Amino acid sequence: MASNLINQNKTALAALGFLALLTGGALLALAVAALQSSSGFTSAFDTYFLRIAGFTLWQAALSTLLSVVPAVFVARALHRHPIFFGRSLVLRLMALPLALPALIAALGLLALFGRAGVAAPFLSWAFDTRWPGIYGLGGIVLAHVFFNMPLATRLFLMALDAVPNDHWRLAAQLGFTPFVRFRLLEWPAIKSTISGVALIVFLLCATSFTLVLTLGGGPQATTIEVAIYQALRFDYAPQRAVAFAIVQLVFALVIAAIASRFVVAEPVRNNDVLRAKLMRPKSLEAMMNITLMAAAAIFIAAPMLAIVARGLEADVSKLVTQPAVISAILTSLTLASLASILCCFLATALLSARSTTITNYALRGGGVLLSVSPIVIGAGWFVALQGVINPLKAAPVLIVAVNAIMALPFVLHMLAPSWAASRARHDRLAASLGVSGFTRFRLVEGIALRGPILAALAFAAALSLGDLGVVALFGSDNLQTLPSLLFARLGSYRSDDAAGLALLLMVLCLGLLRLADLLIDKETRR
Amino acid sequence: MKAVSLENVRFAYPGNEQMRFNFSVGAGERLAIMGASGSGKSTLLHLLAGFETPQSGSIISGNMDMTSVEPAARPVSILFQDNNLFGHLTVSQNIGLGIAPRLKFSKAENQAVEIALTKVGLTGLGKRLPYELSGGERQRAALARALLRDKPVLLLDEPFAALGPAMRVEMLDLVMQLQIEKNLTVIMVTHNPDDAEHFATRIGFVENGQLSATMPADALQQPPKGSALADYLGSKQNKT
Repeated sequence: MASNLINQNKTALAALGFLALLTGGALLALAVAALQSSSGFTSAFDTYFLRIAGFTLWQAALSTLLSVVPAVFVARALHRHPIFFGRSLVLRLMALPLALPALIAALGLLALFGRAGVAAPFLSWAFDTRWPGIYGLGGIVLAHVFFNMPLATRLFLMALDAVPNDHWRLAAQLGFTPFVRFRLLEWPAIKSTISGVALIVFLLCATSFTLVLTLGGGPQATTIEVAIYQALRFDYAPQRAVAFAIVQLVFALVIAAIASRFVVAEPVRNNDVLRAKLMRPKSLEAMMNITLMAAAAIFIAAPMLAIVARGLEADVSKLVTQPAVISAILTSLTLASLASILCCFLATALLSARSTTITNYALRGGGVLLSVSPIVIGAGWFVALQGVINPLKAAPVLIVAVNAIMALPFVLHMLAPSWAASRARHDRLAASLGVSGFTRFRLVEGIALRGPILAALAFAAALSLGDLGVVALFGSDNLQTLPSLLFARLGSYRSDDAAGLALLLMVLCLGLLRLADLLIDKETRR
Repeated sequence: MKAVSLENVRFAYPGNEQMRFNFSVGAGERLAIMGASGSGKSTLLHLLAGFETPQSGSIISGNMDMTSVEPAARPVSILFQDNNLFGHLTVSQNIGLGIAPRLKFSKAENQAVEIALTKVGLTGLGKRLPYELSGGERQRAALARALLRDKPVLLLDEPFAALGPAMRVEMLDLVMQLQIEKNLTVIMVTHNPDDAEHFATRIGFVENGQLSATMPADALQQPPKGSALADYLGSKQNKT
């Protein structure tokens, strides 16, 4: 029985083994290091730790509040107007931050609200003082809202879409006012999902790295995640890094465990065309809704437009002839391709497991992976390798491996529905013909699910391409990716170069996201 | 006297064939509407309730043209096959929505809800949540709300289709009893010829999005030879 299970699921078990090795190895290294010097471990918990832990929680709580509350009303507005010109554009805009590198968003927001930003003169006038810029808490929270408000909006909209159309008909027949409708229909739908959404957003904000690194201002505005990186790369204080990484890990796992108890709505499509006739907001409400949607759309689009504007001012054509830039582009493309191939290989192996138990565990485990931050895994391997080789030498391998597992939860989520449909359709036939393993993949899913697989590859590549986390930890002058080169140019105040690189990176990432969208659309239209 | 009439009403979903309705129902009549799936039966009820707006033609109730009247202001109540109750509100609250959408009930309103509960045989179940009721009890609760709204026209969109045969007859009898008591006009969409025969005084048959005449319920016994109704009934006809 047991040997059967192993024989029939070799590839899936190998994939699980790889995941266990990569995460488990890092955690083991952290644990061993902590035990080896328990005094160093405990002395890490000083007032500095308390301050950054406090800041981590405070900025995450604030970011969550400011992301989730507006999202309730933006989602409601979008739901009240199921059909209007530009609605699909707004929805697509809401999906962009998912694939936009954090570094780019930070730069875009700085270009708008920084000390020398587009809005600075107006802000100086409005507050009657020279606008100080957004480094510190303000910038971090603003950037977190930029990423998470659209995410929360999309999740709330899904919850509202799941309300049966009959209920909107009843609301019309019973003559509900907008307020009663919100209280009796919209709010209960959103309430069922708001705790889960808020916890996910809180977790993302508490463990975000790049935004805090670029927008944080010195020790006043540092989070645990960034402190781990600083301890390893600047202070040479591995004990502190280990202590912080363990705290971060336990904290994230607890939040993830609580979040997993709350449901996030499954996508259900009720007929928009039917609903549109039931939604006839009166002009006052319609005006408020339109203002709200426009404000949200401008808030999301403006930083990206600022990147485009600044990038076009910089001489991109000259920039791409610099050897350092060419080498960074090639490195980035190579590492991102490898990471996305590895990620999709892991995902397909897990989804194709003969035993559905393995697949189910993989899908559930994906959420846990989200909470294990790349910096924590990176820190673990940094400490583990330290005595053996120069950790920086292992950089390419670790960047590929960690980026692959970072993208894995998203890719599993993208592929799972079509995979399940294909299995329901082909499992019995394949079993009766004795087609299994790679042959099965080549003959069935490899062809039938080519669209979703290519979309997943493109999406995973976009995520890896924009990542600054692991490369910041392991990168060196010998290994620069586009984001790390961009970060270095920022650090040396070559803002024209930075602007050009930012445009380049944004176009690459959003181009890949668009490609993924097109592939998925083509699939659903078939 | 005519309770409701549709005069040259035309309607189409984008990209679909146009539907045409031209018929009337007398006050106190029980009309059963039959027809194949997708023939436009539910759309007909949605037009009457105001969830859809005709492209042309008018919908008249009594002396009132209600073609462009808001759903809430029309003299109709509707029961769906499902989703008639809000899952997070108690049965009493769900029923009370019929008279007080803000869920603040006066003493008299509370009493009215209790009376409605009793009328549909749900005495004492007001505090329960919908998921604690059986399918039949949920439809009784929806019926109680319709009673409380006290509109002269009741639209039934296959509300008993998911119930067993005995329960269906029981529910139809309850509706009939209330219909007679209040002299309601009932329009019921159904797939089931037995239900139509048991319940209706007249029947209408929708085919290709058209309904232009209704006939006495006896037509179910002997549908005109070669008619669409005869084709639809098929085996039932051979049985009798």
